[in-house]
Amino acid sequence: MSGAPVVDVKGLWTVYGDLVVHRDLDFSVMPGEVVSLVGGSGSGKTTLLRQILGLERPHRGSIRVFGVPLHTCDPGLFKKIRKRWGVLFQHGALYSALSVFDNIALPLRELHAFDADFIRDIVMVKLDAVGMDKRHASTMPADLSGGMIKRVALARALVLEPELVFLDEPTAGLDPDRSEAFVKLVRDLHIKLNFTVVMATHDLDTMVSVSDRIAVLADQKVVVCGRLDEVVRYDHPFIRDFFLGERGRRALSAAPALQTN
Amino acid sequence: MQQTASKPVRDPDVQVTAAGDGAHVIHLSGAWDIRALESRGRTLQSALRDAARSTDADWDLTQIQRFDHIGAMLVWRTWGRCRPSRLQLKREHEIFFGACESAAAVASSPAAPDRFPLLLALGRGVWAVTGHVLEMLQLFGQLLIDAATVVRQPLLRPWREFSAAIYKIGAQALGITALVGFLIGVVLSYLSAEQLRLVGADVFIVNILGIGIVRELGPVVCSILVAGRSGSAITAQLGVMRVTEELDALSVMGISNTLRLILPKMAAIAVALPLLVLWTSGVALVGGAVSAKAELGMSFFQFFSALPAAVPEVNLWLGVGKAVVFGVLIALIACHFGLRIQPNTESLAAGTTRSVVTSITAVIVADAIIAVIFSDVGWS
Ligand SMILES: Nc1ncnc2c1ncn2[C@@H]1O[C@H](COP(=O)(O)OP(=O)(O)OP(=O)(O)O)[C@@H](O)[C@H]1O
Ligand SMILES: [Mg+2]
Repeated sequence: MSGAPVVDVKGLWTVYGDLVVHRDLDFSVMPGEVVSLVGGSGSGKTTLLRQILGLERPHRGSIRVFGVPLHTCDPGLFKKIRKRWGVLFQHGALYSALSVFDNIALPLRELHAFDADFIRDIVMVKLDAVGMDKRHASTMPADLSGGMIKRVALARALVLEPELVFLDEPTAGLDPDRSEAFVKLVRDLHIKLNFTVVMATHDLDTMVSVSDRIAVLADQKVVVCGRLDEVVRYDHPFIRDFFLGERGRRALSAAPALQTN
Repeated sequence: MQQTASKPVRDPDVQVTAAGDGAHVIHLSGAWDIRALESRGRTLQSALRDAARSTDADWDLTQIQRFDHIGAMLVWRTWGRCRPSRLQLKREHEIFFGACESAAAVASSPAAPDRFPLLLALGRGVWAVTGHVLEMLQLFGQLLIDAATVVRQPLLRPWREFSAAIYKIGAQALGITALVGFLIGVVLSYLSAEQLRLVGADVFIVNILGIGIVRELGPVVCSILVAGRSGSAITAQLGVMRVTEELDALSVMGISNTLRLILPKMAAIAVALPLLVLWTSGVALVGGAVSAKAELGMSFFQFFSALPAAVPEVNLWLGVGKAVVFGVLIALIACHFGLRIQPNTESLAAGTTRSVVTSITAVIVADAIIAVIFSDVGWS
């Protein structure tokens, strides 16, 4: 993978009152990569994603997505960029008043480029891609299980064929089986469709099995960003606790990248 | 999504060339992804359809630079949802047609039209209203049982909720009810004064204002304000609690929704509304007196000393009693619609609207019924 970074964050400061969440943070993602963002609870992963998505304005620093400075470019360009990415929110954020079908069809209808028949076919393809039964197309989000919500939200995130996909805690709240299946799904889709993935997660297994690179968010910045073996070798209290505790070692022992060492 | 291509990406294009043996070859080239199709979807669709007329065409898709599900679906539908016999395709584009194949869309048959739509609508309407009334009766019964429990077990009494509700429903509404009451008093007094002066019956302004405000306008106007203000708030609050599963959280802790949430609110409205009505009627009378002084030159002392003779005391009790009934109605309707809200935002909006409209209608209907029942009470 070569070319300019898809996401490029430089010198980012995020401040809420007295609370400094990010202090001079740098972070970048290359095209086609899967990058995991790990960090303790409250370390500012969701906030960083929200900044990159342009939902919040950084206190200081620059954020470029697809090479465009998000917070200073003109609104028309920003709108175009927003169609090139897909987001899976931490809690799904499905529109509760719309059925599963309408949730996925909404972004397509917004384009005003395709007729209803065509949209129905595309929605069915997407539902099929995330492994949802067609019977659930008319179900309301409130009647879905947690895992199904994640799948539908993923289908909605992918419906505009994004080049860049953000996943916030994609496996939180799923049982180990389901989360493994979900990770496998994301990995398969990533291989097939070749999009770039930025994923915030707590889940070691998820991270180890899909990431090309791991960025560790601690002390209000990205302390290290690299392949799994590079990260594990880096000396930092959070990394020691997180990766080299018992749970961490169990997950790492399954990782192919480290077995060769 | 195959960007970073070395060649510049061209616009999507369809070209038909004739092969040697009289057959046609259809070449697709350029970018066939959502970004390109967004603006040209319809024209390309018709171009494809024109090209595909001849049944035994060769399809050459190898010149496509970018491809995705949207582009694949466009082509797939032109093919009539099955692969043509002669097709050249880049290997990495194979998966997009694989996805179209495996998702072979089921055509959902539209529901058969109803045969007697009007009759059906009428029946559904009657059925819905009956359901609402029965459910409200049930809720009211449950509240009576809860009230009995609370009387027997003082520990259960939800005093905090009760006092909080009194503050929100009563104290915080003092300003708006006073403003509305005062203005109604002024306007009513002004209009009546104009007419009374014509027939020289100035003193009767006290009777008109006294009876009109204390018996009718005070209770009704105040109840409508409270229905709009607090009724909607109660419905929305219960509805959001349903959406966020807080109602379920209370139930599983063994805390009764009706006892903790609804009973205190109903009791608070039943207590606060009569007091608000007294306040509103009082302020409206002051407004009337101000206007009477300006219009007819009647002094405040004259106005208020004539009031007890003009308006028998029973009118006051009638007004207060009506307020209690209206309060219970408003609370019951607001809670009923709040509890029925489904866990989605659309239902929340519809439920709140319906709650306010229903409670205002109910107040006016109840007022008419009470007016008929007490038609020979309270005249001097
Ligand atoms: N709008 C806000 N106002 C004030 N503080 C905020 C705001 N948004 C986030 N924070 C604070 O920023 C910090 C980081 O929050 P964030 O949600 O990014 O954490 P996180 O890393 O996603 O945690 P988790 O893993 O639990 O989801 C927290 O301390 C939070 O309290
Ligand atoms: Mg978070």
